[in-house]
Amino acid sequence: MGDYLYLIIGIAVAGVALLVGLVTTGVRRSRRRAASSVDVLSRPEPGVDEEDRLRDPSTPTLERPEPAAGRLVRLRDRLSRSQGGLGRGLLALLSRDHLDEQTWEDIEDTLLTADVGVAATQELVDRLRTRMRVQGAGAAPVRQVLREELLNLVDPSLDRSLNVSRSNGVPGIALVVGVNGTGKTTTVGKLARVLVAEDRQVVLGAADTFRAAAAEQLTTWGERVGVPAVRGSEGSDPASVAFEAVRTGVEQEADVVLIDTAGRLQNKTGLMDELGKVKRVVEKQAPVNEVLLVLDATTGQNGMIQARVFREVVDVTGIVLTKLDGSAKGGIVVAVQRELGVPVKLVGLGEGADDLAPFDPEAFVDALLGDPV
Amino acid sequence: MFATLSDRLADTFKNLRGKGRLSDADVDATAREIRVALLEADVALPVVKQFVGAVRERARGAEVSQALNPAQQVIKIVDEELVNILGGETRRLRFAKTPPTVIMLAGLQGSGKTTLAAKLALWLKDQGASPLLVAADLQRPNAVNQLQVNGERAGVKVFAPEPGNGVGDPVAVARASVEEARRTLHDVVIVDTAGRLGVDSELMQQAADIRDAVRPDEVLFVVDAMIGQDAVNTAQAFLDGVGYDGVVLTKLDGDARGGAALSIASVTGKPVMFASAGEKLTDFDLFHPDRMASRILDMGDMLTLIEQAEKTFDQEQAAKAAAKLSGQGGDFTLDDFLEQMQAIRKMGSLSKIMGMLPGMGQFRDQLENFDEREIDRIQAIIQSMTPGERANPKLIDGSRRARISKGSGTQVSDVNQLVDRFFEARKMMLSMARGGGMGGGPGMPGMPGMPGMGGKRSKAKQAPKKAKAKRVSGNPAKRAAQERAATQKGQDQANGGNPFGVPADSEKPNPADFELPAEFSKYLPRK
Repeated sequence: MGDYLYLIIGIAVAGVALLVGLVTTGVRRSRRRAASSVDVLSRPEPGVDEEDRLRDPSTPTLERPEPAAGRLVRLRDRLSRSQGGLGRGLLALLSRDHLDEQTWEDIEDTLLTADVGVAATQELVDRLRTRMRVQGAGAAPVRQVLREELLNLVDPSLDRSLNVSRSNGVPGIALVVGVNGTGKTTTVGKLARVLVAEDRQVVLGAADTFRAAAAEQLTTWGERVGVPAVRGSEGSDPASVAFEAVRTGVEQEADVVLIDTAGRLQNKTGLMDELGKVKRVVEKQAPVNEVLLVLDATTGQNGMIQARVFREVVDVTGIVLTKLDGSAKGGIVVAVQRELGVPVKLVGLGEGADDLAPFDPEAFVDALLGDPV
Repeated sequence: MFATLSDRLADTFKNLRGKGRLSDADVDATAREIRVALLEADVALPVVKQFVGAVRERARGAEVSQALNPAQQVIKIVDEELVNILGGETRRLRFAKTPPTVIMLAGLQGSGKTTLAAKLALWLKDQGASPLLVAADLQRPNAVNQLQVNGERAGVKVFAPEPGNGVGDPVAVARASVEEARRTLHDVVIVDTAGRLGVDSELMQQAADIRDAVRPDEVLFVVDAMIGQDAVNTAQAFLDGVGYDGVVLTKLDGDARGGAALSIASVTGKPVMFASAGEKLTDFDLFHPDRMASRILDMGDMLTLIEQAEKTFDQEQAAKAAAKLSGQGGDFTLDDFLEQMQAIRKMGSLSKIMGMLPGMGQFRDQLENFDEREIDRIQAIIQSMTPGERANPKLIDGSRRARISKGSGTQVSDVNQLVDRFFEARKMMLSMARGGGMGGGPGMPGMPGMPGMGGKRSKAKQAPKKAKAKRVSGNPAKRAAQERAATQKGQDQANGGNPFGVPADSEKPNPADFELPAEFSKYLPRK
């Protein structure tokens, strides 16, 4: 009888809860809600610590990944394939003899179609307008002006180094988070190769215990370069797997522990709480040095919300922008960087195992604008 | 959280109240707002331009409407146009005359093809088909494995002759699968392919080869609801490279507004056929264009809210709480309050939920500043009370208060506030419940007692209800009669005293008859 009505009454109660919350002032507790939270999804209840299997790292033929330095230069072609249109298009528009309203609108459109977002676009266009007006169109080298402004947009002053060195006798720990399907597991695999190329001892933690075969996927990545992956059984508590991974890392005196987590949409409270728990549990042994948010270059304005929520929960320290080899421009990171101050640290530029490169703002902008003619 | 289109438009029209017809300047201002709103929702720019043009044309010639103010009028036009594009054509899956029917999935990496394959298989299986899943994604490490596990969960056979991880020829696998299906008498074959980029001509060729090898009856383009401006390029690239008959939108359970649906539908003319919203294999259904329209515009989406509530709420519990609120079955205690609060939290962030309620737009600022952790603190305070105190908060005296505040790590004044507010809120709800809908009594007796809230919040609660009360009956005398009848008849029924003022003469309101105020009901599917 009238089931809906009861539900709506429930909502009314929530309304009251909100009211109470709104008016109750006081010291805000920064700690997240403890593990008493109820899981929203039908995720399997976290089980007690499962037997974690440690894969034998000895595989006969180990691949030798190439060093990370200069990768972005090598991948420049690929970058300009996707991004070239953006930079060169802007350059062509700005180089016109006469900059009329229509041209400015075209410039705005070019940026908007790159997912830069309405606010960031308007700001850039306004700045460009002012500069072009002050310097007089045609007088200043347009390329230089555009390069400066674009560089400004990606903000070269931010620290983009990956802070995952061994310190105080414990390995550096990086947690990789993001929504479903952005390429977290692949990023962890590729990142492991980068670190191996730098002769570091790496341990992988397969804390994605939800998606079918995610742990196998990571193990496969690890086996190729002789990196052990710590895994739990499917459906086990991700926090316990992460904890085991770090413990293994400490025992083996590894330099870096990379923890892969399950994809989760930022609006699932239960899953976000679970992620908070993973981080808290790991921090019982060693501080988490890096929390990398993996964003897909095709993501639109929702990327901003993702970044905001993930930062709130696990304090994201860097962004990995993946799938930049496609036609998507990944402009959303501009907005994210601007608003949250979280820098892009790595970019994924292809399906090849060594197609993950450290992000270098200058090289990036140069690739955008293409070679000077 | 961005301001919704309706807020923006309301803002634009603030100075135009009372003006019946839209001038050209008004239309231009409106067009700009619509443009921004659509861009924020990730609708592709060319589509936005075209769309805004169409809306502008219609708005210019729009009739002066008696019922709607200019903002509502424009929104109505926008809404209609959106539904037009999105729902132009609803189509079912085409099945082959001679089985097996072959369905091929294609899309970018990480759009959710493998998961979707299993969901689709389960859905078809529930409809009496006997699907065969084909693992033709031999690229990504352990994609084959993933499909096998998912297939097992769905109870569907998986055809995976190749181990994957870069080994094997997907075209051969696909070709063999059709033979296999014929042999084993499966009537539907679902081919899961590797993710590929639109610009990768080599892989696009491979996809085309797979298509030629199996000659699918349906090719479905799987796309992530979060995709941004690139949606059009990708959609076009896949249309040129592989060709597809329908689109599947995945990850709709996220909070992306999903403008891509509009972009793709409008650029390629291919209908969005399915929507996948959730991590369970059963979270898969046909696509509802009208709901998508509200979502793109970020309008209050009552229907989704109700659905979510239905999923998360324990009905018995809710019924019990409702009974208590209306004065039967004992007092509404802090325990009930806590239960309800937790249930609500399960639905997602509170500000999001409140945002879904129509008419809450004006409190967007407050909602934005609202810290979800306040709820945790309230919860901590309540949980620091003994069961006795929770059942009867009047018990709480000075020393108990001190203990509770210590236990929950809050100040004594916080505990005080909570208890006071709880009483006030309860009183308010009780009076609302007794009123048999807001039409009964003018004003809410409990309201003046809510300090710190300002009249604004009370208006928030009141506004939508007043609109509803009107629907009970336009005639005050008749309404009073209805109410009297209802009070006599239905005192033992919780719904008789419903705080939301459902028509009092319907003893057992049927959900289907449940009427929302005029402003909301237009966002519901039309019958």
